Amino acid sequence: MIQALFFYLFAAVTIASAVMVISSRNPVHSVLFLILAFVNAAGLFMLAGAEFLALLLIVVYVGAVAVLFLFVVMMLDVDFVELRQGFMQYLPIGVLIGLIFLAELLMVAGAWVFAPEATATASAPIPDPAVVSNTAALGQLLYTRYIYFFQVAGLVLLVAMIGAITLTLRHRASVRRQNISAQVARTRATAIEVKHVEPGRGL
Amino acid sequence: MMTALPDFALAGPEILLAAGALVLLMLGAYGGERRAGLVSGLSALLLVVAAVAVMLGREGTTFDGAFVVDGFARFVKVLVLIGSALAVVMTQRFAVAEKFFNFELPVLIVIATIGMMLMISANDLIGVYLGLELQSLALYVVAAFHRDDGRSTEAGLKYFVLGALSSGMLLYGASLLYGFTGHTGFAGIAAAATAGGSSLGLTFGIVFVAAGIAFKVSAVPFHMWTPDVYEGAPTPVTAFFAAAPKIAAMAMFVRVVLEALGPAHVEWQQIVAFMSLASMVLGAFAAIGQRNIKRLMAYSSIGHMGFALVGLAAGSEAGVYGILIYLVTYLAMTAGAFAVILSMRRDGVMTEDIDSLAGLSRTNPAVAYLLGIILFSLAGIPPFAGFFGKYFVFAAAINAGLYWLAVIGILSSVVGAYYYLRIVKIMFLDEPAAAFEPMGGEMKAVLGVTGLFVAAFALVLGPLGDAALAAAKTLF
Repeated sequence: MIQALFFYLFAAVTIASAVMVISSRNPVHSVLFLILAFVNAAGLFMLAGAEFLALLLIVVYVGAVAVLFLFVVMMLDVDFVELRQGFMQYLPIGVLIGLIFLAELLMVAGAWVFAPEATATASAPIPDPAVVSNTAALGQLLYTRYIYFFQVAGLVLLVAMIGAITLTLRHRASVRRQNISAQVARTRATAIEVKHVEPGRGL
Repeated sequence: MMTALPDFALAGPEILLAAGALVLLMLGAYGGERRAGLVSGLSALLLVVAAVAVMLGREGTTFDGAFVVDGFARFVKVLVLIGSALAVVMTQRFAVAEKFFNFELPVLIVIATIGMMLMISANDLIGVYLGLELQSLALYVVAAFHRDDGRSTEAGLKYFVLGALSSGMLLYGASLLYGFTGHTGFAGIAAAATAGGSSLGLTFGIVFVAAGIAFKVSAVPFHMWTPDVYEGAPTPVTAFFAAAPKIAAMAMFVRVVLEALGPAHVEWQQIVAFMSLASMVLGAFAAIGQRNIKRLMAYSSIGHMGFALVGLAAGSEAGVYGILIYLVTYLAMTAGAFAVILSMRRDGVMTEDIDSLAGLSRTNPAVAYLLGIILFSLAGIPPFAGFFGKYFVFAAAINAGLYWLAVIGILSSVVGAYYYLRIVKIMFLDEPAAAFEPMGGEMKAVLGVTGLFVAAFALVLGPLGDAALAAAKTLF
């Protein structure tokens, strides 16, 4: 009973805030509603018993991605009102395409169901949650069976890092960079200069 | 719970490349600009060593069947490694002259090559996707590498946006296949498809996966990015794009449709046949009006991928054999042609205009004759290499009963011959323009070796054909 109550609460808030993300005028509000949607989706995961995914969603999406969005939106001077100017003009064709897609989806979903044996033949079946907590279950799968995929995913991230650095980092002569060894090597003699100031004259 | 360690040694060449790339990255990062040349040389060496390791390596499957090393994988991997090594060798001089040379460039090419090798060996949908992403992500960066050049940045951005879209389609298709069969492994998918027969879900999955991969091999109707990216990207990068990634994506396509979707032959055959047909026709007609040689090579590569797909549409052992021979000849012809394109420099300025090749036979006869041979081969005229590639794929198509595909293919190769031979005419019959600057030693070597290989292909077809046949047999 209380579970159902919370499900409807989380679901309703998720959908409402998702609508607000695309409809609010102020982009900062959009991002804040996005965070609200993430938190409520995490609540839904929690209800479904996937506590690891729920916390991951909070840590990664709310903690990192959404805050990054917020920074970008606040730092970039993008006039979102101007971006939306053609909105009404393109609305009819957008709605038309949307309806066509919806009809196609209904035609597919109406005629097609998941193969009933799919869950039974799954190559990595879900262990009983009473025996193995789902954090442990994910870890066991990720670091044994899927070690290959895990390592390749790491390589993909490495490429992303190299790419971001090569495409954006520029060494400009005018930029002063921190030289730690020079800082540490400072002595009293190089750091301080004693000026003899005559009384009443100033420097 | 104890788990036995998987057999890492099978992935030895990939691990070697990954470790080597990390070492080279350190070497470049701490050595600064001075070490860039050294990193480039060591990258080429590393790729060659990996190719030797692939040749000497064992065969088998590991990582719970997600990674397979068989005759087919080893054959294509050697091709890809040669293609990447040639690209690294041809990059340095050009990039230094155009002032965008950096040690990350060869390292990214090495990492992209790891992605390609994982694609070739992928026996699981997750492996397919990760290999593809590793390769594509490195390629997006490499396309935009000349960051002070607006065209290069544009090419990188276009490639990235369209590539991300196609990856999304592939992933969507993969999720449909998984939802239908309950497996991500190819063997499991094939078993489920055999047991369950044809269904709407499976067909949908096949369509999306095929669309995603078709983007990577730039088959029509997913070819739009190719001319723009080829023209905009720095020329050595274009030379790299035209060879190794195409070969890897084609090999992955072959393995996905034959190993995972073999039982759903009827569903994918019409898709592949259509893409093949459309690519051949578009490649032949769209290249006619091109004046920029990089754009011409882009349309040419679209056409060539169409010809190779004819072999896949046949779906037989002879078809795969035809594809392998086609890929070998395509690699040699592309590398040779780009060795010349990279040397089209006059008064310190690069030209990409086809008319600047005018009268090359008088200013530099050796280059003109070698390029002439390569162009005749690209057009598919015997006795050069390109003819044999086309011959084997068309023979396979006829044996599979795809007469119309073979007929249209031969007709479009006749149309395509026009624009290759037009370059020959410009080189041999037009009034000479000023001579190009002398070619670099490594360009001469690449052009010489590939030109002779293409010219004397009939002589090496025996042993090469045996290897390709053995490789094709492993998929059946």
